[in-house]
Amino acid sequence: MSSSGPVRSAISAESLAKSFGGKRVLEGLDLEVPPGAILGLLGPNGAGKTTAVRILTTLLWPDSGRASVLGYDVQRQPQQVRRLIGLAGQYAAVDDLISAKENLYMIGRLLGQRPNAARARAAELLAAFGLAEAAGVKVKNYSGGMRRRLDLAASLVGRPAVLFLDEPTTGLDLASRNELWDMIRNLAADGTTVLLTTQYLEEADRLAGQIMVIDRGVTVAHGTPAELKSLAGGQVLEVRPLRLADLDAAAAVLASLPGAGGPVVAEDMLAVHVPDDELVTAAARSLDQEGIAVRHLAVRLPSLDEAFLAITGHHAEQEMEAANR
Amino acid sequence: MSATQTAVLARRNILHVRSDPQQLIGMTIQPLMFLLLFVYVFGGAISGSTRAYLQFVLPGLLVQGIGFGTFATALGLNADFQRGLIDRFRSLPMARSAVVAGRVTADITRTAWSSLIIVGVAAALGFRFHGGLAGAAGAFGLVLTLGVAMCWLMAFIGVALRSPEAVQATAFMLIMPLTFASSVLVPAASMPGWLQAFVKVNPISIFSTAMRGLMLGGPLVTPLLQSAAWIVGISLVFGALTVGCYRRRA
Repeated sequence: MSSSGPVRSAISAESLAKSFGGKRVLEGLDLEVPPGAILGLLGPNGAGKTTAVRILTTLLWPDSGRASVLGYDVQRQPQQVRRLIGLAGQYAAVDDLISAKENLYMIGRLLGQRPNAARARAAELLAAFGLAEAAGVKVKNYSGGMRRRLDLAASLVGRPAVLFLDEPTTGLDLASRNELWDMIRNLAADGTTVLLTTQYLEEADRLAGQIMVIDRGVTVAHGTPAELKSLAGGQVLEVRPLRLADLDAAAAVLASLPGAGGPVVAEDMLAVHVPDDELVTAAARSLDQEGIAVRHLAVRLPSLDEAFLAITGHHAEQEMEAANR
Repeated sequence: MSATQTAVLARRNILHVRSDPQQLIGMTIQPLMFLLLFVYVFGGAISGSTRAYLQFVLPGLLVQGIGFGTFATALGLNADFQRGLIDRFRSLPMARSAVVAGRVTADITRTAWSSLIIVGVAAALGFRFHGGLAGAAGAFGLVLTLGVAMCWLMAFIGVALRSPEAVQATAFMLIMPLTFASSVLVPAASMPGWLQAFVKVNPISIFSTAMRGLMLGGPLVTPLLQSAAWIVGISLVFGALTVGCYRRRA
C-alpha cells in the first residue's frame, strides 16, 4: 500500500478534473505539499479553489485524476484521510445554538475521544484561542472574528497533521485577521501541514512558503512569494502629491525611474510597479529634488487583480463573471 | 462507535431546545393548542358533547401531532446543510448514517414528549383509555414507530430542498391536506363521495383507525397490519432517498 514507508508529500494531487452541470471547474490540477509546509492556493472567485479543497478533504469526488493525503487515497481510503485532516471552511461551520464549549466537546466525542478527554481538549483549545471567557456563550452571540477562531479551533480538536483552510480570513476586520494569521503560523511552526486558499496575495505572502495561482481550474503560476511578486511586477509604489497641480510632474518623476513600469493615475493618486526595493528611496529623493510635496507615499503588494493582469494578461474580475455565467 | 456518534448528535439536537424557545413551543404549546381548539370549537357540533369528541379525536390528534412535530427534522437537517455543519461532520471519520440517525433519535424523543403531554392534558380533561394497559402501551409504540417513518419522510424533504422556506412550504402542503382530508377530525361519512374515497386510502386515516383500536377498543388486526406496511414502506423508500440525496448533495 502506498501508505507504508516514508511519505514524501503530505498532500498530493494529480490532474484533478471536476465539472458541475457541464461547467468545467477544475481542468487537470496538480499540486504537491511537503510535510510541514504551508501552500497558499491563490485565485479569484470561481477559480476552483473550494472545489479543490472539497476533493482533497473527501467531501467531493473528482471526475478524473487522483489525490492523496499522507499517502492515503482520498477516494479509496476516505476514513483514513479524515482521521488525519482538519477543515475550516469559508463559512464558519459551527453550531450557532449551542455554546463554544459544547461545539468542541461534540467534535471531540465524534472523533472518538472519551468524555473527559474531549472536555479537556475543548478547554485547552478555548484557552489557546482566547475564547475561555466566552466558552459558555451560545455561538449565535459571537462576533465574526470569534466565530472564525472557534471554527479554526474546531478543525484542530483531533490534532490533525494536515489542515485545510478555505478562505480563513474573508470578511474579517484587520485585527481579527492578524490574530488568525498568528495562529496559523504557530500551527505550522509546530509541524502541521497547511493548505490555505485565499483571494489576497498579501495573505498568501504572509503565511505561505509556496504559492500556487489558479485560474479557471488550472495552475497559472507556482513559486515562492518572492518569485510570484517578481512575476507580478514587484511591489506597487503609491504617491499622492499634496497639490493636485503636481500630479503630472510627479508622474514624470516616477516614469523616469529606471526599471519602473508606467505610472497609473487614479484620481489624485499615482501607482507604479517597482521591481527593485531601492527604487522606493530613489523615488522619494527625486520627488524631493523636484520640490513636489507628497501627503501619501506607500509601498504595497500588488492586488490579486494586478498580479493576475501581470501573470495571465487579463483581469481577475472578468474570470469571476465568466465563472458565474 | 457509530452508536456513540448518533447519541452525541442526538444530544446536540436536544440541547437546541434550551437555546431556541421556538422549538419548545413547537413541541409543547402547538399540539396542546390543536387539542383544546378542536375539542372546544368543533366538539359539540361534531359529537354532541366535547367529552365524546375528546374520546373520538385524541387518537387521531396524536397522529396529526407527529406530522407537524417532525417539521423539526426537515428544518433542522436543512439548517445544518445551509450552515456548512454537514461538511464539517462529513470531514470527520464518522459513520455516514450518524448525522441523520442522530437527528431522528432526537426527534423521536421530542415526539414522545409531545405525545405524553397531550395525553396527560387530555386525561385531565376527561379522556379515558378503553384498551387497557396493553392498548396504551401499543399506542405509544405505534406513535414512536410512526414517528420514525415520518422523520425519514421529513429528512428527505430537508435534504432534497435548498431553502428553509421551500422546506417549510413543502412540508406544510403535504401534512396539512393529508391530516385534514382524513378520519382524524371527523368521521368520513359526512364527506362527498370522491373525498371519502381519498380519506379511505389516506395512510393518516389508517394510522388513526389503528390508534383508535388501541386506545378505545375496536377493530385492530387489519388497521395494524396496514399501518405496519405503510410504516415499513415509508421508512424504506424515504430512508433510501434521504441517504442517496445526502451523498449526492455536496
